[in-house]
Amino acid sequence: MMSAVRTDRPPRHQLSAARRARNLLMGGLILLATLIVVAPLILIFAYLLREGIGAMNVNFFTRVPAPEGETGGGLANAILGSVEMLAMASVIGVVVGVAGGIFLAEYPRHPLMPTIRMISDVLAGIPAIVMGLVAYGLIVLHFGFSGLAGAVALGFLMIPIVVRTTEEVLKLVPHTVREAGLALGLPKWLVTLRIVLPAAAGGIVTGVMLALARVAGEAAPLLFTAFGNNQINLDPTKPMSALPLEIYRGATSAYDENQRLAKAGALLLITLIFLTSLLARRASRRK
Amino acid sequence: MSKRIPNPSAALSSRSDRLFEVLILALAAVIVLVFLLSVYQLGTESWPAARRFGLDFFTSRLWNPVTGQFGALAMITGTLVTSLAALVISVPLAIASALFVAEYAPRWLANPVGYLIELLAAVPSVVYGLWALFVISPILSRWEQGFFQAPEKIALYTQCKALWDAGQTTLQCFFVPSSFDGRGLALAVIILTVMILPYTASVARDVIRLVPQDQREAMYALGATKWEVISRAILPYARAGIMGGVILALGRALGETLAVAMVIGDSQDVLKSLFGGASTMASVIANQFGDAQEALHRSSVVTLGLTLFIMSVIVNYVARLIIARLTPKGIQ
Repeated sequence: MMSAVRTDRPPRHQLSAARRARNLLMGGLILLATLIVVAPLILIFAYLLREGIGAMNVNFFTRVPAPEGETGGGLANAILGSVEMLAMASVIGVVVGVAGGIFLAEYPRHPLMPTIRMISDVLAGIPAIVMGLVAYGLIVLHFGFSGLAGAVALGFLMIPIVVRTTEEVLKLVPHTVREAGLALGLPKWLVTLRIVLPAAAGGIVTGVMLALARVAGEAAPLLFTAFGNNQINLDPTKPMSALPLEIYRGATSAYDENQRLAKAGALLLITLIFLTSLLARRASRRK
Repeated sequence: MSKRIPNPSAALSSRSDRLFEVLILALAAVIVLVFLLSVYQLGTESWPAARRFGLDFFTSRLWNPVTGQFGALAMITGTLVTSLAALVISVPLAIASALFVAEYAPRWLANPVGYLIELLAAVPSVVYGLWALFVISPILSRWEQGFFQAPEKIALYTQCKALWDAGQTTLQCFFVPSSFDGRGLALAVIILTVMILPYTASVARDVIRLVPQDQREAMYALGATKWEVISRAILPYARAGIMGGVILALGRALGETLAVAMVIGDSQDVLKSLFGGASTMASVIANQFGDAQEALHRSSVVTLGLTLFIMSVIVNYVARLIIARLTPKGIQ
């Protein structure tokens, strides 16, 4: 048995100066490029932390935006709106997404399987703003702006993400597990529901969390569906605000107070999204 | 000898199995339904504009809600130019960072750096827009204003202004600022570059990791340097997969909305100035759909949406096709 030989360092004396220089230069450029890639994330987070942390007081979480020109408002309307719309969206995203994932993973020989897989992939590529137009035509045109319309747009956007992760984790469940269940005389549906799904539950939850983190930051599809609301509104049939919507309005507003709220809102949103992705990543790595 | 043992639960279980299959299929069919509804919705709503303008919609540079003239040339060029420029800048950076994570960094550094790059994809579009608006645009704006300290530059601007007003530009004028608030094409390209970086980077990292170790060892055995191994063994092997990641990033760039809408300056001029207002299909939808009162205006905006929809679907499908073909069977 040969012991492992380090292969990444050829003897220095054999290399011409030009090759050695080029190797060092490219290594340096790669390091520099990586720093350039990572820098925006650190700069954005540092900027929001510096500008937004001051506004994160009790008012921020309990009040609604102050009338223009006044100070002391908060984003309670947006926080509650986001929570409510995301909850409604996940009903659509989870039910359809998980079912789609089960179909793709457990019925691979079904004649409709290639079609549904292809359309699910296609759906993943639809820009969020276009999904906003679709939800506008389907719901707003008939029933007016509402939190429900926004939630439908977000739910549609969640579907392909949940489908894909569900399919992937279901395929990780060993076939022997299914066969064992079937050998015990359990019908296939019970095997799927009681054995395969629980085995893959962790991965599915991870997928749902990633999908939520993804759509929680979407403002574009909400512009003409949920529309926004300056007051706290928990009625899903009425216009509703959301954190990304308030960030958009505040950032493009001329008023300092609105800009301040937008920066604090962005800090809150980005922190929640980072935490969710971190938790999802932790959960999936443990498996 | 072999006698079928009657199984009373067999009939029952096959019936319940079929019921379950139908239920799952029905729910999965909602995916198809969502797609068909989207096509139907966008198709019927864009019909008035499509019938009125036909193919002129794509070749006319007039976009005027007041006179009811709608041509999307400015938004289509704006979308393509910003996306392609962002792609050109981001691809080398993304590949370099993928090489760093996969080939250079020790494990304790590779994981956190890889994770930071993934977080870049998690930052919402509005947050990028806010940052670009408050942090980058003042820097650009200072540069643009400084550009006009010299008298000869002011003369140049006057020349270009006449050209722009006539709907034209020259290569030289393309690099003369036409607005001084920092917003415009350049800022949109910068922010798009940052936003699509993680997509190319994560796909590139995955395919670079798939390059068999033998490839590297063979090159090292011949006395190659690390860079020679990367440039002659790893990158050629991973080329097709990286291409898939690049096309996926293109799909993202085409549909990116609010960050671009916030910083691009919303002007319907065709490729006027790199440092001046422009627009993309997505930015026009975001900025105008809510205010579009007139039916034809509204329909024209939806036609932009349909065009964007078709472009993104094609681009994403091609990307997924390339990536799927490269995933080794059996691993999954």
